[in-house]
Amino acid sequence: MVVEAALNPILPSTGEGDRGNAYLKELLRLLEGQKVRSHSEIAGWLQELRQRAAYNVTKQRMPIRKDEEWRFTNLSDLQQHTFTAAPTVQLNAPDIELLTIPEAATSQAVFVNGRFTPELSNLTALPEGIFVGNLAQLPVEQSLKLVKYFAHIEGANEVFTALNTVGFPDVAMVWLAQDVIVEQPLHLLFVTVVEDEVILTSPRAAIIAEPSSSLEIVEHYAAVTPGCPDQTGNTPYWTNAVTEIWLEENAQINHTRNQRESGDGFHIGKTAVAQHRSSRYTCNALSLGAKLSRHNLEVWQQGEQTETTLNGLTIAGREQTADTHSLIALDFPHGKTDQLHKCVIDDTAHAIFNGKVYVPQNAQLTNAAQLNRNLLLSPKARVDTKPQLQITADNVKCTHGATISQIEADELFYLQSRGINADSARSLLLDAFAAEILNRVPILSLRKRLAQCVACRTYE
Amino acid sequence: MIKENSPVILSVRNLTANVDGTPILKGINLEIKAGEIHAIMGRNGSGKSTFSKVLAGHPDYEVTGGEIIYQGENILELEPEERALKGIFLAFQYPLEIPGVSNLDFLRVAYNSRRKHSGLEELDAFDFEDLVEEKLDVVQMKASFLNRSVNEGFSGGEKKRNEILQMALLEPTLGILDETDSGLDIDALKIVANGVNQLATEENAMVMITHYQRLLNYIEPDYVHVMRDGTIATSGGKELALELENRGYEFLDEESPETAEVSA
Repeated sequence: MVVEAALNPILPSTGEGDRGNAYLKELLRLLEGQKVRSHSEIAGWLQELRQRAAYNVTKQRMPIRKDEEWRFTNLSDLQQHTFTAAPTVQLNAPDIELLTIPEAATSQAVFVNGRFTPELSNLTALPEGIFVGNLAQLPVEQSLKLVKYFAHIEGANEVFTALNTVGFPDVAMVWLAQDVIVEQPLHLLFVTVVEDEVILTSPRAAIIAEPSSSLEIVEHYAAVTPGCPDQTGNTPYWTNAVTEIWLEENAQINHTRNQRESGDGFHIGKTAVAQHRSSRYTCNALSLGAKLSRHNLEVWQQGEQTETTLNGLTIAGREQTADTHSLIALDFPHGKTDQLHKCVIDDTAHAIFNGKVYVPQNAQLTNAAQLNRNLLLSPKARVDTKPQLQITADNVKCTHGATISQIEADELFYLQSRGINADSARSLLLDAFAAEILNRVPILSLRKRLAQCVACRTYE
Repeated sequence: MIKENSPVILSVRNLTANVDGTPILKGINLEIKAGEIHAIMGRNGSGKSTFSKVLAGHPDYEVTGGEIIYQGENILELEPEERALKGIFLAFQYPLEIPGVSNLDFLRVAYNSRRKHSGLEELDAFDFEDLVEEKLDVVQMKASFLNRSVNEGFSGGEKKRNEILQMALLEPTLGILDETDSGLDIDALKIVANGVNQLATEENAMVMITHYQRLLNYIEPDYVHVMRDGTIATSGGKELALELENRGYEFLDEESPETAEVSA
């Protein structure tokens, strides 16, 4: 049986004198009203989970810039808005046509304002052994197993993750059975419909890969707006997303995370990954959208000989703020991690990169590389970068670094002296900078479209 | 080769130029005709490299006086790419690395810009690859170079050979080689020099900027000019290079600039 449940309010009325928390409490009040459908067998657990998350939130406050994790990202813009809960909205196929991926036309699951929308989804190409749908559709047997995974990855108490847990309206579920290899990429499309209301959506996804299974997945955040989503001038909204990914032994996931929120949107997203022995996880995180975005990408090693590859590309222009905080927490030997995060920053935009790699005593024979490269295109563009290695193991190979550069006059001159005009030369250099990451996206049409968007964003 | 009635390709008159407000070129006069090979020598800081960059239109150098007439047209106001499209080619002393752009794509974009400018149809990737493979022989480069990023991880010799390959493709009317020989071992030098000799014709002209007489053993110049303090202090035939080799640049200091001018 599938049931629907909302939280009973647990909050006392807001007392005088805690203005700092007032905003968070308003958000809680808003989210506690959200219902979610699941099998009755797990409804009680889910209710308790949300209750506990709500309680956690009451113990915290909105991050401020004195918090080390939020030193460079100012949330006061976000807090100027009073958000309302995202309504259930009807969309038609033509509304999302531009957001689809040809290679995944028959392996696409669409979530509108966080809720699964079967009419827009097409999962006909998926082989046996993979479940894609929402929580209510997940078979009871798996729902019962979910209890030991869901919201268990470390960091679940972090304030925005907990807020999502309190208020997600649905869960995008992907469950790969043992030894199942899915050849066609799976597209999880999360669409926010931007109308007149200033809304908060809380998309949630859970991806479970059983031993020796393999999947390519595109997690895609986008908005349906009256105008071009890349432009500003639309109603603001906030996407507070959480995706949890579990790779069991020897599983492999190639995860492309494409953040293309509208230019007026706020995006705070968490990717939490648990990697068991010999599993291989690749993330291609592309951050182009939103007025303010924050991606918390956290990988927790749960067994030895794991491979983790994090590729990141941030394109920020206008007054955008684009923040990536990544963490790779190793705890077993023979781990291999490779991270390359690149940012292109134009106008008065501000990019932030903070990349932690923990290599404790247990993680002997780790091989870890991390590099952050930044290209500033205007005198007022800004980047704050903090590559951060914490090593206590004594037999490891670890490198990290950061570079900040601009397009050099000499580079332009070299190309010009070969008959290439200044604008084309500039594009060639920019394309090349972005291509190093884009070329790692395993889906050709997406790669091409992103290259066009990079071009459109950065050449004027 | 010197031919009396060849058309003039380049005529530089009283050229002066600054970088960051400091005068570097202080009145250069030079005339180059089709079919000729000129060598410009001089000590470090004499203005040789600046002169080559000013000819190609580097934006960091401000021309403060004089003119550069190329094929009858004053090109001072032209952008570097416009000069390139008209047939001026500068082989860089330090060719830049462009990570992420394949050498083949770069060569094709450059080649097609030139074709488009000449009113010819652009070559598609396949036809271009055939063409470029022919040209590879000029500098004895392997085809595998084409798939690597432009100059990225190339040795010094490979970078210079890549410059000559570009020159072979773009077929300039005026080729300027800025210290293309410096830092090369003898094998690489022979390959580069051999490439230049193949590309020099009766219709074009080459200017070799060099610090060392050694290059001139492999590419025989028609004229040698020696620069000193932003001007051409003395000019002569190839025997001047030998004299420099024997006596060093110091012999220039023995003659005062005034005397040099009078005797010229």
